[in-house]
Amino acid sequence: MKLKELAYARSGDKGSNVNIGVIAYSRDNYLFLQMHLTEERVAQYFSCLGSRKVKRFDLPNLLAFNFVLYGALEGGGSVSLRTDAQGKALGQAILQMSIEAK
Amino acid sequence: MVLRIGNAQGFWGDQIDAAANLIHQSPDLDYLTLDYLSEVSMSIMAIQQEKDPTAGYARDFIEVVRMLIPYWNRGLRFRVITNAGGLNPEGCAEACLEVLRSSGVHDKKIAVVLGDNVLDHLRSDIDNPLFRNLDTGDSLSKVDKDLTTATAYLGARPIAEALSEGVDIVITGRCADPSLTVSACAFHYRWKWEQYDELAGATIAGHLIECGTQVTGGISSSWLAMERKTFIGFPIAEVDARGNCVITKPPGTDGMVNEQTVKEQLLYEIEDPGNYMSPDVNVSFLSLELREDGTDRIRISGAKGTPPGETLKISATYRDGFKSEGLLTIVGDDAELKAKLCGEILLDRIRRAGYSLEQTRVECLGSGDATLGVMGSQHGLRECVLRVCVKDQRREAVERFTKEVASLVASGPQGVTGYTTGRPKVRPVFGFWPCLIRTLDVKPTIKVMK
Repeated sequence: MKLKELAYARSGDKGSNVNIGVIAYSRDNYLFLQMHLTEERVAQYFSCLGSRKVKRFDLPNLLAFNFVLYGALEGGGSVSLRTDAQGKALGQAILQMSIEAK
Repeated sequence: MVLRIGNAQGFWGDQIDAAANLIHQSPDLDYLTLDYLSEVSMSIMAIQQEKDPTAGYARDFIEVVRMLIPYWNRGLRFRVITNAGGLNPEGCAEACLEVLRSSGVHDKKIAVVLGDNVLDHLRSDIDNPLFRNLDTGDSLSKVDKDLTTATAYLGARPIAEALSEGVDIVITGRCADPSLTVSACAFHYRWKWEQYDELAGATIAGHLIECGTQVTGGISSSWLAMERKTFIGFPIAEVDARGNCVITKPPGTDGMVNEQTVKEQLLYEIEDPGNYMSPDVNVSFLSLELREDGTDRIRISGAKGTPPGETLKISATYRDGFKSEGLLTIVGDDAELKAKLCGEILLDRIRRAGYSLEQTRVECLGSGDATLGVMGSQHGLRECVLRVCVKDQRREAVERFTKEVASLVASGPQGVTGYTTGRPKVRPVFGFWPCLIRTLDVKPTIKVMK
């Protein structure tokens, strides 16, 4: 099962950090993801970005999580040589992540 | 009556006619806010101002004012709040006044907010620990000679003060994006600056509309399924006296406002949702409640605010060399392999020309490289785009690269195409230097321009 079946997302930059909001379609999905969409799992999935730390903030009132990948954008904005220097594509990228089936 | 605040510019380069369209679609708006500034735009303004001291602001805004004149002439009473002033709010205001006067409009007043420029302050106090890079911890002495801009994010207070002078347009330099909205609310409802829950609610409203169409269906995960996408309406926040708001868009416009689009934008470019920091108030998102309030209307309530910290954020930029990127389309069997080889050959030629470049990157777009292979890589492509990007402190090294890219059209594999846009451009690179300054050390002032 892929994350996109359980949630939707949005990503953006703050300097060389990127944040990825993941919002569950239902409370059940939220509780499931709380267990399975861990900081470790997300850090591993995005390991090629070279982030130094991944932190998850929970927003139970919105059935959402905010993942901050510190230092994931190689300097970000104008400095990075990547096509996606601002992490705009990472919301779509996280939705393709495989999650173990319920 | 609630206060109705529209946003008609999410970034410098957004739709130029958005403001006129929005006021045409919603003539009863009280305020229009327009956001032009990002880290990079300040640096571009710095370069423009170096060449021409009267420049250094978002020139697009002058055109926006010109397009709004007919609506003011029709008797509409909306006021405009923008950070289009960039590094030169006074220059921006003078240009606006000129446009107004030459159109026979003499009754509009403009105020500017000054005091955000702290470049001299940083330069005179290089070793101040607050000026260390917030991300890396590096000392400012590492880049002090290359600094181009340093501006502190001001809050809503000076803007509200300007509004109390009865002006029609307020032009700021750097200012926290949501504060454009907060200032209008605080002024209108006469909030005290200690009414943190109200300020928090207005900050949420400002945060939601500051990126224009991003809250009305733009870049939504459900964009494809959205019925009408061509003329997505720009957002409107209806803020009540307690700081609760409804996010909506003009009736009849394309796009959508629903729980999904609002949640997506709430989570855009934030760090800790329990402590979203602005110069006006620290906001917790953790008590927010969303509910539908009719078609394309979402009501947001429950924001909690606490006093802001004793520092303001500074966004500084410094020169960091030059970069350029070249694109070529590769068609045929083994397109990905051919693209990678072409990229290597290109960089090898630059090396042999005597330039060892500081940083290079070869991407095969279409294969998954735009997200560094996170989603898995596609192989066996019969078509992809080769993108080679280089960076160096020497302009001539990057220029040498731009002259080499096209040569692959004749010396690369069969099926190299798509080279019709000419030589890639050399662009200056600006590093981003986030740091802090004591709020007490920043003295915002306002000036009514005549």
